[in-house]
Amino acid sequence: MAACQRPLVVFLALLAIILPVLGFGQTQPQRIISIIPSTTEMLFAMGAGPRVIGVGNFDRYPPEAETRTKVGGLIDPDVERIISLKPDLVVVYGTQTDLRAQLERAGIPMFPYQHAGLADITETIRALGTRVGSGKEAQALADRIEAEIADVKKRVAGRPRPRTLLVFGRDAETLRGIYASGAVGFLHDMLEAAGGTNVFVDVKRQSVQTTSELAVARAPEVIIEIGVDTASTKGRNVSAWDALASIPAVRNKRIYQLRGDGMMNPGPRISASIRRMAEVLHPEAFK
Amino acid sequence: MNIRYRILATWLLFGVAAVVVCLVAPLVGSTSISLRRVFDSSIPFADNSDAQIFFVARLPRVLAGALVGSSLAASGVVLQALLRNPLATPFTLGVSAGAALGAMLVLTLELPSGIAGFSAVPIASFAGSLGAVAIVYGLARARHRGLSTNVLLLAGVTLNSFFSALILFVQFLSDFTQTFRTVRWLMGDLDVSSYAPLIAAVPPIALSFAAFAVLPRRMNLLSVSDESAASRGVDVHSTQRLAFLSASLATGAAVSLGGPVGFIGIVVPHLIRLLVGADHRLVLPASAFGGAAFLVACDTVSRTALAPLEIPVGVVTAIIGGPFFLWLLVKDR
Repeated sequence: MAACQRPLVVFLALLAIILPVLGFGQTQPQRIISIIPSTTEMLFAMGAGPRVIGVGNFDRYPPEAETRTKVGGLIDPDVERIISLKPDLVVVYGTQTDLRAQLERAGIPMFPYQHAGLADITETIRALGTRVGSGKEAQALADRIEAEIADVKKRVAGRPRPRTLLVFGRDAETLRGIYASGAVGFLHDMLEAAGGTNVFVDVKRQSVQTTSELAVARAPEVIIEIGVDTASTKGRNVSAWDALASIPAVRNKRIYQLRGDGMMNPGPRISASIRRMAEVLHPEAFK
Repeated sequence: MNIRYRILATWLLFGVAAVVVCLVAPLVGSTSISLRRVFDSSIPFADNSDAQIFFVARLPRVLAGALVGSSLAASGVVLQALLRNPLATPFTLGVSAGAALGAMLVLTLELPSGIAGFSAVPIASFAGSLGAVAIVYGLARARHRGLSTNVLLLAGVTLNSFFSALILFVQFLSDFTQTFRTVRWLMGDLDVSSYAPLIAAVPPIALSFAAFAVLPRRMNLLSVSDESAASRGVDVHSTQRLAFLSASLATGAAVSLGGPVGFIGIVVPHLIRLLVGADHRLVLPASAFGGAAFLVACDTVSRTALAPLEIPVGVVTAIIGGPFFLWLLVKDR
């Protein structure tokens, strides 16, 4: 009797070890918290929204996300509230080391994430989808985004690539405190995909504080301003650029303000944002 | 040597030095420009990128550096005399913290974005500095006929910490991207990129300098003691009031123009004293010119050292000023 039960016990024990490794035994997380706007958007876009119970303070998209419990932001996550929500998965930012240590101690599973280049966005969508058990939907979402980006790239291929200054922050009325994208990060990648050449392609940094001298010296043919809407709805004063009329973009009136918070969000709306950039860089390619 | 000649020599020497620095600075930058093209009137200004770099990017910036540096150094001299404390700076009495709070509020709350071409940030920071001056002044007069310099000092230092706490609170409430802008503002930035902010800053600074012109003799007597100054016919209270208000006004205008650029108000006056002695008739004008030259020179370093990247000018003045000040502390003592 005991002799014939032994193989069964061994088999079950082996099963218990192997299945979780293969991912079978892992239950789908039902109480997800996401603190970063882009991952929150990813979760909702892949259909995992109903299982998201907590979001970051700055998560505004989709509007449905605003109805979830706010659990703090990147630098001030509310650990107590996060733990009290009893999540079974928390999507954290890579640099939130304190939060990660605390969740580790509390035994709460995590999915760490960090912004990087354009390609990492769809990579993250796929990985996050697999982790939350929405692998198929995430795959479809990522494929769609990549196809849309590929379509934009195809449309702008072979066209002259305007030298572009991509401004993501400045004083609303004047040319003080201009911050533009350097040659690292998803903003730079978006510009490249949209058929532009970054005027700061030689500056291997995410952001470049752009003095007026630098703006004149780099002579961009196009200026694209994003990150316009944060708290206020008013745009920036485009005529402030008139002081630097020798910049080709100013002379040829090729300064564009692309509004909406989606422009600076490395999430599922990225392909639409790239398309908007491409439409102002190459209007003739979208007729 | 006759004091008149010494004053004349000081004005000439330091004035020429400041003018030379201000003339050389616009010729240097992250881009090389041709002076011939800059002044070539046959090229329309709109097409002349060299002229735009010179006249729109560099010249206002150099002038801003001169105004800010001069105001902060001169205010430092006046406040050190008023408080009889060599460690006093233009930022000791809470003026810069008030200005910073005003700027932070506008930067983080994005209240109104500005008034037709004028940024709201300098306006708010100037208002903040005036608010801080009013509070400190009110407190220093409250229980004292005239100004109590002790209360002035304590109220200023306390207000500084209090406003700093409020600034941290405002930053805590703000979005991550805004936090970066506010921190950057605190490092100082002279890239004004137009003449409008300069023109706005000139009236309060001119008013302060007019007051500075009558102060040196009285400050010489006052720096010994209130009693000895009074015994020689100095109206101690009105002198203190004038010194405090003019130095605060100049500091507020300077900070709203270029941000709280540190160390100028303490390094330059002490350096000048090493060169010309303690007589305020020499120290004050020499510091005003020296401050202009020092900040314009530091800003040139900030523009060119890591070009095309820019080192915040407040970081440059601190890197030069901090060690210098420590050396000053231990020197022959």
